[in-house]
Amino acid sequence: MRYFGYVLDHLRKDLRLEWRSRDSINGMLFFVLLMVVVFSIAFDPAGYPTITRQISGGILWVGLLFASMTALNQSWAREQRNQVLEAQRMAPSPASALFVGKALANMLFVLAVEAVLAPIFVIFFNLQVLGNAWLLALILPLGTWALVVNGTFFAALGLRARNRELLLPLILLPLSLPAVLMMVQATTGVLTNDLDPIQIRTWITQLAGFDIIYTTACVLFFETILNAE
Amino acid sequence: MDRASILRTTAWLWLAATVAVLVVGFRQAIFLAPMEATMGNLQRIFYYHVPHAILGLVFPYINLAASLAYLYWRRRDPLKALSADALAVASAEVTVLFAGICLVTGMLWGKPAWGIWWAWDARLTSELILWLLYVSYIMLRRFSPTGQTPTLAAVLSVFAAIDVPIVFMSIRWWRTQHPAPVFGGGADSGIDPGMMPAFLWNLAGWAMWGFFLIAFRFALERRRQIAEQDAALIAIEASLETPQ
Repeated sequence: MRYFGYVLDHLRKDLRLEWRSRDSINGMLFFVLLMVVVFSIAFDPAGYPTITRQISGGILWVGLLFASMTALNQSWAREQRNQVLEAQRMAPSPASALFVGKALANMLFVLAVEAVLAPIFVIFFNLQVLGNAWLLALILPLGTWALVVNGTFFAALGLRARNRELLLPLILLPLSLPAVLMMVQATTGVLTNDLDPIQIRTWITQLAGFDIIYTTACVLFFETILNAE
Repeated sequence: MDRASILRTTAWLWLAATVAVLVVGFRQAIFLAPMEATMGNLQRIFYYHVPHAILGLVFPYINLAASLAYLYWRRRDPLKALSADALAVASAEVTVLFAGICLVTGMLWGKPAWGIWWAWDARLTSELILWLLYVSYIMLRRFSPTGQTPTLAAVLSVFAAIDVPIVFMSIRWWRTQHPAPVFGGGADSGIDPGMMPAFLWNLAGWAMWGFFLIAFRFALERRRQIAEQDAALIAIEASLETPQ
């Protein structure tokens, strides 16, 4: 129980810091809006409504993927600046509590961005959800967690590397490709209603499995990479 | 004879044996194996493509084993841990090589056979992601700060090894939902017994070559590590001599 107390402390710290400056969220929101516009110029949603519906799942997740990467790196930079990592080493709480707290905080930020992004998508792409829209309330968090948990972990892994900002996408993207496949297929299946409910459920189950496996791996290995010297 | 010269002799003998097996394999594949019904001589590239594909799936697990060994020995026996790390980097690089050759030979076959260089079907996509994962491992090793490289790389190796089965399964599920056109004469669609000798000779030869490369790269990495240790020792001794 004390572990969750530590996690909560770290979470509250990150939320409070973010609330005071609102750097990450503002940056992500604007980035995601820009991505929607860029994709609209690139793919012309007005001209091809059916195709737009088929690719909007992919566009949504690609946009979120890049937006979350912009926020992930600097979430750890904040810790480094104020010698928080050294303090963490001396504190009685296990390092993985810091990781879980930060991952949860990042998750909340990205979910907040998604909550704003979804209506923008519907507006700019004239999107109508043909399938069961409530499933999206399940798919979006699962998919976001898959990106955020690995992203937070690898952002910490590359913390003292040179070219830190470059390293994160290079490691994160290959590893996340199966998860991206699962979330895009599930989302597109719901949006276009082209897939059977059983197929959508299978994608969601695979995504949940991916989340569980990688959350476990990240929590187990976080202490190792934090004190990698 | 001391250990170094025994190893060197073994290496030369292994190399000679490998070349011999590869020569036999070449003769089997190009001249002796029966002509394939639909593709003709074009099919012979499979004797190179398939062994590289199989070995490209074996070497990542050598990398995993070495990485786990590194993490286990890291605090208990640092010298063994260093050797484990050298094996990890060697097997990762050879994985990238073999997976890369698999992809390229596949493309060389694909253009004349299918008319297209690439298809996003299950097997090709999974192999490409495998290649990307191990290239990212090498990138991490290059970009990470020196003292941390082995540990960070070992952790990434575990993540990548977990990902490989997930990739293969999820992409196969994706592609069986929307079946792709079946191109004639897939690699494992029942191989003619007359082709088995060519296939087995090449599998053996390329496996021997792969292990030779890993051992060679391992030795190279060990030399680099030992040189680094010696330089560190000199620096420490020099610092002891300077007046405080």
